[in-house]
Amino acid sequence: MKNNRLLPFILPLMAIPALVISIALKNPSSADTAGLILPSGFEANIVADNLGSARHIAITKQGDIYVKLNRAKNGKGILYLHQTGDKATVVNGFGNYAGTGMYIKNGYLYASSNEDVYRYKLNDKDEVINPNEPERIVVGLLNRHEHESKSIVLDNNGNIYVNVGAYSNSCQEKDRQKGSMGRKGCPILDSAGGIWEFKADKLNQHYGDGIHYAKGLRNVVGLDWNQQDNQLFVMQHGRDQLHDLFPDLYTTQQSAIEPAECLYAIKEGDNAGWPYIYYDQEKHEKILAPEYGGDGRKTAGEGTINPAVAFPGHLAPDGLLFYTGNQFPERYKNGAFIAFHGSWNRAPEPQAGYFVVFQPFKDGRPDGKWEVFADGFAGTQTQKESGNAVHRPCGLAQGLDGSLYVTDDNKGTIYKISYKK
Amino acid sequence: MKFIKFASSILFMLIISTSLKAQIKHSSRSSKVHLALSIANGKAVYTQNCATCHQVDGHGVQNMNPPLIQTSYVLGDKTKLIKIVLNGFNEDVEINGNTYSNTMPSHDFLKDQEIADVLTYIRHSFGNKASAVSVAMVKSARGATKK
Ligand code: HEC
Repeated sequence: MKNNRLLPFILPLMAIPALVISIALKNPSSADTAGLILPSGFEANIVADNLGSARHIAITKQGDIYVKLNRAKNGKGILYLHQTGDKATVVNGFGNYAGTGMYIKNGYLYASSNEDVYRYKLNDKDEVINPNEPERIVVGLLNRHEHESKSIVLDNNGNIYVNVGAYSNSCQEKDRQKGSMGRKGCPILDSAGGIWEFKADKLNQHYGDGIHYAKGLRNVVGLDWNQQDNQLFVMQHGRDQLHDLFPDLYTTQQSAIEPAECLYAIKEGDNAGWPYIYYDQEKHEKILAPEYGGDGRKTAGEGTINPAVAFPGHLAPDGLLFYTGNQFPERYKNGAFIAFHGSWNRAPEPQAGYFVVFQPFKDGRPDGKWEVFADGFAGTQTQKESGNAVHRPCGLAQGLDGSLYVTDDNKGTIYKISYKK
Repeated sequence: MKFIKFASSILFMLIISTSLKAQIKHSSRSSKVHLALSIANGKAVYTQNCATCHQVDGHGVQNMNPPLIQTSYVLGDKTKLIKIVLNGFNEDVEINGNTYSNTMPSHDFLKDQEIADVLTYIRHSFGNKASAVSVAMVKSARGATKK
């Protein structure tokens, strides 16, 4: 009994050194990293918090923020925040639909639900003029609750590119069923598992009005238009559960790191090969999927494209941004930032990811090895490895001043990362 | 936190071992041992077949795979629970206030004993406390499911 009464006093005392150590470890350089681990010279601050499931994000010329929520909160699926100094406050919300896509181009805000794409005209202060009357430009995309988000990006010719994820892991007869084989001539590919191109200014376009721009992409969440070589780049979420579904062919350890999460440079008509193949980032080869007769070694995939960069498995790339700003040091210019949401199907092996990666580029091509740019979103090592990450990076955007914004769809936090040499 | 966990687990072990001793005296030993064995086997089945999606500690994955902690499915009707494992589950229902987009496949390839063990395990883990699932129940649920 005595012990019980002492505990409340002893525990906080014990916690102090632990706290000091953890703060010291997290912030080697300065206190201004908002709990993140960043390269030296960079700072981060939390501009907004507790917004809900903050997915993709767009920053206006005035530094204001539009963020898309994965679940509408109080009937609002898009939040508009006004930024003063390093804080942003919610001005209003609109668009009562769930979704992921959010992009600003040529005086319009574009947003996607899990079935449709909308746009809203902006005034000269980049405020939405008519929040309750968007123009619906694309309608009726497939949503079968698996890989349902529709990410969007625009090119410089009035076209919008929309991802339609496959409602399946590997096109098995029975999705995610142990040992179930692949469906012949995978029928999913007709209306999902690819990228569609539509006109950015035409109303009510259906599949048939668009161009089936790229095929064989299982699920894309992060995508961006590379301004240097005027080309679409996408990050594919590679297939899950090699060991669970084919335990005789793959160990849990192999299954935890394979297959790769791939960055692809996309041209019209490209096929990335899902579900028939996956990319093995250790062997640097396209491997025949076990559902289609593969044994973990047989290669396949003639006529399919190779990745520009192959990352370790299951890290879940949800945001891609080519950095065109002038604030960061020169080496970042035109390189790619990728927000990795963090793994789940590495279990029972430890989970990984929950960070923002930088991939250097030169002349529109990857140049050198990728590196972790911002880490520490997950919290402690235990929180990270058990999959109980506190924050999970998702959307990326660049401010007019060259700052990098990162959303977190778990706690609804928006981080702003700046270079302050 | 760690200290509390440590202290309470020691306390827990003490209580268990004393109560086990008492149990032995009262000769309901075999049922206790049976339960412990079922939980231990169930944990292995869980790690192999369920942990990928529901995670080692049963908390699931945000928006994708639901938690197995204090849900009406885990704690509720055992026949319904057995059928989730046998037939899979893709109903897009709200589970503790959220929806989950992934598909749970059928696990009818598991033996009756394995299903009984894994369900007994989840009903005794992750903070859940509910009665064991028997092989006989799985057998009869499987019989009813067969076309
Ligand atoms: C491929 C991923 C996956 C695997 C493997 C899996 N589940 Fe599930 N499970 C799900 C999903 C997703 C749902 C919810 C489906 C829905 O809402 O439509 C679910 C629902 C459930 C539910 C009911 C809802 C709840 O949260 O209480 C139970 C119980 C359950 N699973 C137990 C198990 C057990 C036991 C195993 C292993 C034998 C298992 N699951 C394997 C994905 C999985």
